[in-house]
Amino acid sequence: MSDLPLLHSPSLLARVWENQIVRRLAVLSLLGLAWELAALWQNNPIMLPRLTTTLAALAEAVRDERLLGAAWVSLSVLLKGYGLALAIALALVALAAANRFARDALQTLTAMFNPLPAIALLPLALLWFGLNEQSLIFVLCHAVIWPFALAALQGFESVPETQRLVGRNYGLRGPTFVALILTPAALPSLLSGLKIGWAFAWRTLIAAELVFGVSSGTGGLGWFIFRNRNELYTDKVFAGLLVVILIGLIVELGVFRTIENRTVRRWGMLK
Amino acid sequence: MTVLSPKPLAEPVRTGPAVLSARDLTLVYRTEAGAHLAVDRVSLDLAEGERLVLLGPSGCGKSTILKAAAGFLKPAGGTIALRGRPVTGPGPDRIVVFQEFDQLLPWKTALDNVMFPLVRARNLPRTEARAQAEEALERVGLTRALHQYPHELSGGMKQRVAIARALAMRPEVLLMDEPFAALDALTRARLQADLLRVVEEARATLLFVTHSIEEAVLIGTRLHLLSAHPGRTLTTRDVAGLTPGTPAFTREAKVVHDLLFPQAEAADV
Repeated sequence: MSDLPLLHSPSLLARVWENQIVRRLAVLSLLGLAWELAALWQNNPIMLPRLTTTLAALAEAVRDERLLGAAWVSLSVLLKGYGLALAIALALVALAAANRFARDALQTLTAMFNPLPAIALLPLALLWFGLNEQSLIFVLCHAVIWPFALAALQGFESVPETQRLVGRNYGLRGPTFVALILTPAALPSLLSGLKIGWAFAWRTLIAAELVFGVSSGTGGLGWFIFRNRNELYTDKVFAGLLVVILIGLIVELGVFRTIENRTVRRWGMLK
Repeated sequence: MTVLSPKPLAEPVRTGPAVLSARDLTLVYRTEAGAHLAVDRVSLDLAEGERLVLLGPSGCGKSTILKAAAGFLKPAGGTIALRGRPVTGPGPDRIVVFQEFDQLLPWKTALDNVMFPLVRARNLPRTEARAQAEEALERVGLTRALHQYPHELSGGMKQRVAIARALAMRPEVLLMDEPFAALDALTRARLQADLLRVVEEARATLLFVTHSIEEAVLIGTRLHLLSAHPGRTLTTRDVAGLTPGTPAFTREAKVVHDLLFPQAEAADV
């Protein structure tokens, strides 16, 4: 009396190609090849260094110029700003979920601030907080709070009514209800908000570091790029850009994609 | 427990105390357009081990009565009580099986879906909960699908998991809101038969909502017929022990049809 057979198992090649990391690596290889050919044809290392030269410069910068240290400086500022922004956004969303006026307020604020580029607030932040990490964290928070709050609010509001009723049926209330029913049910939107927030934070930070790089004696990645451009070490500029891109890819594919595959995709909540 | 009703209904006297009882239950739905009277002074008693079916056309408030029994909706008038205690809110002593397939939590496997309320609402240790959940899933014929997620299950299998989840909780009363309405006819027939079997095995007390006369006569030991706009009691019918396909079953279905739709002749059953 059991029902239908369930899943067919695809061939090995099809399964490898199903893996997004494999497909993206193929895209990256093609791009690298195009770069190398374009640089050979251009034959002007000040304007466009070759990929191989850039990789050598990258290795040298990692070895002699603490490029990874600079990346870590950027990342640690980023994580502080990101974490603080998520905490603030979740508090705002909790208020909005509990109170209709707070929800209207949050939606108005989001509509106002979401289109405003965070980097546009940097001059103001410098005026308020001075030339230091606090200014960076302020613009990072602005970059993350609004898109994440918007996604989280939409996620919680779109939890199916039946699942809410099921949770209440079991007598779940308050924080338990939020933790065991609402949060997993809203996870696709929450993850999407985390991803958007991360991307906004990362590009905001690099841009801010290009404007003023040095905080507490050590510069971040943006500062590394800016300094090398001033000295026309174009290969190192490209090396710095590569690191920016690599970290973005690692976080997107390594962290967010892994979380999605183990949760919302496995659960069929995200196609 | 004795419930004193000011207006006793013309229905057979039940032996044994009522598990669930409603007296002059009046339910109001509030929308932006205003308040609508959904259910008007309906009284009913559900005895231990009984299967009472609320039957009527859409708009008769049958699902609304079930929502009130579950505690999702507060009565605007009258009372509804579980073993004599007024229902004040939802609780795991009344487990609902919904029509919607998304009643299963998509982030939990079939087994985890059944275990979840056992652990969270009945506070069973995990090993104990797991054993009971496996047994419940076995009863509904799902031993092979224990570790599958809801999106990997067919509609019929999802409803089986939901039935297993409800039965495993051993609630005082099982509340079912058109659980088979979204299934195709063949799957529905099989699930009806299996539901009857597992409910009888578990000696569960059942309040079942449907708009299908055949399903009502098949599932119920007693029918509570309602008229629409607003929902009012028409009458009740004892339908225990009728076998589908027999003349007695067909006759009863026709009688019920004529009671629900008095103006139309029974040509379109």
